[in-house]
Amino acid sequence: MTNFVAMLADPNMRWIFTGCLLLGLSCGVIGSFSYLRKQSLAGDTLAHAALPGICIAFMLTGVKSIGVFLAGAAVSGLIATFGIGYITRHSRLKQDAALGIVLSSFFGLGIVLLTFIQHGNYGNQSGLDKFLFGQAAAMVGSDVTAMSAVCLVLVAVCILLFKQFKLISFDPGFAKGLGYPTALLEQLLMLLVVVAVVAGVQAVGVVLIAALLITPAVSARYWTNRLGVMVALSGAFGALSGGLGTWVSSSVSNLPTGPVTVLAAAALFGVSLLLGPQRGLIAKRLVRLRAKRRLRLEGEVREAERVKGEAAL
Amino acid sequence: MSDFWILLTASLVSVCCGIVGVFLVLRKMAMIGDAISHSVMPGIVIAFLLSGSRDSLLMMFAALVFGLIATFLIGLLQQTGVQADASIGVVFTSLFAVGVILVSLFARQVHLDQDAILYGEIAFVHWNVWEWNGIDMGPKAVWLLGVTAAVIAAVIGLFYKQFKLCAFDPALAAAIGIPTALFHYLLMGLVSMATVSSFESVGAILVVGMLIIPASTAYLLTDRLGVMIGLSVASGIAASLLGYGAAVVLDASIAGCIVTASGLLFVAALLFSPLHGVIARKLRQRKLAADHRAPASP
Repeated sequence: MTNFVAMLADPNMRWIFTGCLLLGLSCGVIGSFSYLRKQSLAGDTLAHAALPGICIAFMLTGVKSIGVFLAGAAVSGLIATFGIGYITRHSRLKQDAALGIVLSSFFGLGIVLLTFIQHGNYGNQSGLDKFLFGQAAAMVGSDVTAMSAVCLVLVAVCILLFKQFKLISFDPGFAKGLGYPTALLEQLLMLLVVVAVVAGVQAVGVVLIAALLITPAVSARYWTNRLGVMVALSGAFGALSGGLGTWVSSSVSNLPTGPVTVLAAAALFGVSLLLGPQRGLIAKRLVRLRAKRRLRLEGEVREAERVKGEAAL
Repeated sequence: MSDFWILLTASLVSVCCGIVGVFLVLRKMAMIGDAISHSVMPGIVIAFLLSGSRDSLLMMFAALVFGLIATFLIGLLQQTGVQADASIGVVFTSLFAVGVILVSLFARQVHLDQDAILYGEIAFVHWNVWEWNGIDMGPKAVWLLGVTAAVIAAVIGLFYKQFKLCAFDPALAAAIGIPTALFHYLLMGLVSMATVSSFESVGAILVVGMLIIPASTAYLLTDRLGVMIGLSVASGIAASLLGYGAAVVLDASIAGCIVTASGLLFVAALLFSPLHGVIARKLRQRKLAADHRAPASP
């Protein structure tokens, strides 16, 4: 606990801690919509697909700034979304194969570009590979401000369009019938995922940011049946894991932030899996026991009535 | 000589991954292949920490165990009511995170480079040779992959009928008494083996490309399972040749180039396949429309 206080005493670490909290919050909020739309793995694919975009953006501009990367990743994310849709609609491959194909070919291209950059004479390229796994402690003030601002915008968009996102998560056909631009809203949701991925790349890394989009949402689903509560809980779980990840990785040397954050989220998921009030394993076991006992009692009552009936005859 | 060994390694990777990949694509479990390839990471690291060498049977065994653990956990979560895609996502990211943490904690004590696990070091395979009684027997990776390919071919060959039925009609397979759960885990075991013996050459993340992309390419080109397996292996090998050539020209990551090349082959199949390609389908539709119109107009 003392090093937690020590961490917060350092102003730079305080900023990073806040940034990671906000990142977890926004990823959790967006993740719950993609979970309900059964598109959890699309987040994983878009995260991998962001890599070539980031590399090309770096090759074109030569600067490592979140704005440039955001543009690059958004473009390659959009191409990836289009690719997934095209393969599922125009071939007999199913969505999972389409996701896998797009994920690995984009990531392969990204690795090619990354090594191309490393072997070529691009100045200032050192540390670009840190983007793959994230090292929150290495972020500087401007990075953290940019990341926090992006995260706040994401959460704000989700709050503003809550009704619309709710509708396309549960009943896209009905949303279309009401006259909402569903295709646009679905693209927007994908775009928000891409933005969240890019915002989190420096802190968590390309490979593991998907976990922040998936795990808090799944955990939150165990506690409630109401979307509003679920989104809030998912955001809280995400923020908690982000905070824990930063704290632990800053106190142990040589530990990247991303994996610790993911493990924190996984631990929260384990707790939810066990203790969730209606869907948790313990609650389900209790319900089953109660049903069994009631069945036995009813059986006894029926048996007693039968005996009584026979006696009356 | 090094070119020869690199190409041989890449081709063996294509054989291992191409065969099992076909069944993953047919059973709509492509993302489970992705999950397994990430999940074997902690197994690889633990085995490496215990044995101190990169090409031991222990590593194969540990990876196999973790691959099966991942499959088992995914199935367990699905049974408790988590959506299939989300349970895959939760399991593999957590296991992968454990692997990355182990590497970064112990990376200093052992010679295990994070980059090597993730992107492979196919350029260096010919340096790590196996010497037996003082005789140079060729790179260890080639032997490991050769044995894996033989095991995979043997298992699939022996139980070809069963695997085929499980892939196309699991309900019928269960009804006529084939132990579908056993074959499911057997397939997952083979996927883990293919993943771990390929990881050193192409890396833990790009293995999934070798598993899914050639098999999907083949799926678009044929309707027969036997032909599909052959085409899958062939397109993997073609991608290896093309990718290695591109990597030499561009001076970039070989594994990345191979996967990108197989992605390009997939796009070609998607567009130009005579059976299921986009263009062929367009032409067929146009012909159908023309035939339909012809008798109507006198």
